Amino acid sequence: MNFHPEKLPQERLAALAEDAKRRLAAKRRADLPRIIIGMATCGLAAGASETRAAFEQALAEQNLEALIIPVGCLGHCYAEPLVVIENPGFPPIAYHSVTPGKAKALVKSFLAEGDPLFEYVLAALEENDLLPSIADFPRFYLEQRVVMEKCGSIDPADLKEYLSRGGYAGLVRVLGLPPGEIVGVLSESGLRGRGGAGFPTGAKWELARKVEGSKKTVICNADEGDPGAYMDRTLLESNPHQLLEGLAICAYSVGAADAVVYVRAEYPLAVKTISRAIAQAEQANLLGKGILGANFDLEVKVFQGSGAFVCGEETALIESLEGKRGMPRFRPPYPVEHGLWGRPTVINNVKTLSTVPAIIEKGAQWFRTIGTPNSPGTAIFSVVGNVTRPGLVEIPMGTTLRTLIFEICGGIPRQKQFKAVQIGGPSGGCLPESLLDTPVDFDSLTRAGAMMGSGGLVVMDEESCMVNVARYFLDFTQNESCGKCTFCRIGTRHLLNILDRITKGEGREGDLELLETLGRDIKEGALCGLGKTAPNPILTSLKYFRSEYEAHIREKRCPSMMCRALTAYYIDPDKCARGCEACVGCCPVDAIFTAKGRKKAIDQGLCVKCGECVVSCPPEYDAVKRVSPAHLAPVVERPK
Amino acid sequence: MVRLTVDEKEIEAEEGQNLLQVCLENGITVPHLCFLEGMENSPASCRLCFVEIEGMDCPVPSCQTVVHDGMVVNTQSPAVRHLQRSALQLLLSAHRVDCSDCPANKRCALQQLAKLLGIPLKVKHLESLAGEVDTRMGHPLLAYDAGRCVLCGRCLYACAKHQEHPLLTFVRRGFSTRVDFKGKTDPAELPCLACLACVEICPVSALGFAGKTLGAA
Repeated sequence: MNFHPEKLPQERLAALAEDAKRRLAAKRRADLPRIIIGMATCGLAAGASETRAAFEQALAEQNLEALIIPVGCLGHCYAEPLVVIENPGFPPIAYHSVTPGKAKALVKSFLAEGDPLFEYVLAALEENDLLPSIADFPRFYLEQRVVMEKCGSIDPADLKEYLSRGGYAGLVRVLGLPPGEIVGVLSESGLRGRGGAGFPTGAKWELARKVEGSKKTVICNADEGDPGAYMDRTLLESNPHQLLEGLAICAYSVGAADAVVYVRAEYPLAVKTISRAIAQAEQANLLGKGILGANFDLEVKVFQGSGAFVCGEETALIESLEGKRGMPRFRPPYPVEHGLWGRPTVINNVKTLSTVPAIIEKGAQWFRTIGTPNSPGTAIFSVVGNVTRPGLVEIPMGTTLRTLIFEICGGIPRQKQFKAVQIGGPSGGCLPESLLDTPVDFDSLTRAGAMMGSGGLVVMDEESCMVNVARYFLDFTQNESCGKCTFCRIGTRHLLNILDRITKGEGREGDLELLETLGRDIKEGALCGLGKTAPNPILTSLKYFRSEYEAHIREKRCPSMMCRALTAYYIDPDKCARGCEACVGCCPVDAIFTAKGRKKAIDQGLCVKCGECVVSCPPEYDAVKRVSPAHLAPVVERPK
Repeated sequence: MVRLTVDEKEIEAEEGQNLLQVCLENGITVPHLCFLEGMENSPASCRLCFVEIEGMDCPVPSCQTVVHDGMVVNTQSPAVRHLQRSALQLLLSAHRVDCSDCPANKRCALQQLAKLLGIPLKVKHLESLAGEVDTRMGHPLLAYDAGRCVLCGRCLYACAKHQEHPLLTFVRRGFSTRVDFKGKTDPAELPCLACLACVEICPVSALGFAGKTLGAA
């Protein structure tokens, strides 16, 4: 691509976008049907590769021509593999759970014969007379997509798609502005860091901009580590250029010529996608030297972290980038003054940077119309656990947890009761039903004892034991502690050991008070954010679910019947069907025997409480029961 | 020069100095393990040197606090002492308390700290975790007792100061963190026997010669 050197950046971008549109049009004939397959990690895990192969095979068999376009993730994980088919003459239709078999059927019926197979349809993407559209479903219409707007509708491997949809316009706009003005727009927009702590992004950039020093660095923190959280991965895999645009805007605003995307090596597809995107952008002169003819250079590198959770903490991340052991440093000095190799460094989360292009393009006032006054904009959550429609959800800040869980994500499956929602991962807290009307924003969640975190949200139904959940998260943080400071290294180990005892029925009077005092000391005394927030799952569950802890300690009873040591299985002889052997074969330890009247019974001495017999017992009998405390299970003697 | 008040005593200090250093120079005792006098950047990992500073809502580690004019410091407030005791009790709960068999007996930092903070060496309310550690070390000449080690990092600091290429490092993570030697140097070429700065500086005799009584150096 040759340009005249005197051309302005906007002219160069316009030419690039024109060229992209032309090439895309040449590559994709308008009269052909398009099969758009979600092929981010979640889609691939659900079998999108096999689905794609099935489409290709069926097209060949039917001797049909169609375009297969791989895209990122639409966020509807419950419906993966998700396929959108744009068949001329029909509205674009989304199909859920498209197995290879369904793929073949769709080619045969829809593409060849014009029958859109209503039984496989999720929704049409546009209003039409034929099918319900996404505007009819709360999972779509209650969402507001700012950051994820293009996710799942563009091919992340093709820069042309992003360009043809107005990409990099924000970067071009800032190239003509003084950096102070751009930072001013960010400050005015009220954007707060989406990595968890919610520090105002504009203020951070302003500090970095004003700091003396010619060599500055911008780092994108994509070291996402919370269990059950995958927002950053999806953004990297679905729309990498949006992130790069945000990164470039940030670098230009603070005066940096170097940028690093720190992404964990466990995200191989994300690493591949972002690396490819960087190469494409450099080739198109959107990154590199003299970007779009302006006096602005930016070299972006990808660094693969080795998967230590603590490296998501910014100072530990810097240590790791410098080749040292990933251990946090004391702050202050903050990275904006003294960061990577001692240079001023801005570290922003993937979601924060991905929000920036939209703010630059549409303005701070527009951004402030979304969300709440103190937390403007949208929040992206990965909603997982016991919900009907899990996945990635982008909602305006201020939406209540109730709306998010029950309306957007369809509530609790299998007629179970809601029990708690865990927000903010291992640093967050468990909120009970009474707090479901808490609006999702930085301040309200912190007041409730949880925190925004990076956006992991785990929904739990009545069968979840809160002590066990706290134990799970402590096990995680305790494993991921870097071992540097006393409180985190030894304190979290004690917390875990106490919880371990409680779930095994060895809890003692005084344990809860000890958990509380030790938890508070760790919060106050630990060196970094990991340690300071590690006791949160315990402290919030103690606050809202104390009676469950007490039942474990005093009655040796697990109210949710989840803790194995406190639970026993038995077979109700009144329900057990004479002669039925369904449970016997599935017991891995041969604990089930035939008792009086050819009914089955469980040998409590052998039973390992795996629960296989509950699953195998035909629902019409429903004879296997659980009970806690374990000694309440009736003892049936094995016949000699 | 800046003027500050520590425990109601007026003190003068150089600008840019860290508060812990200033306190120690002026004979004010502040418990600490990981900080060494003259250290440029303290790791702030032992979590013992907390002080309360007027205008700040919670105790801060003094080793990472730069003095400023008019600073008012309390090194013994109840909140400070509570955190220090809590940290020391955690360290003791992971420490094998067998003072009579330990070469550090009577000069041990933990004994001194316990005396200062008025807590017994046996921590009643916490289970002992000392049995969970393992004591192997890859160094051919040094022996390491993880059951005694408090992971203050003084040995790493001393090693880095005395040797061009430091030989000691932290390995593993979380509670399993320990000090180890990560190298394949021929024992004959190791500079360690002539140096032993790490053995000397260890406050709890967790490092010593291999094959000899720990800490006999």
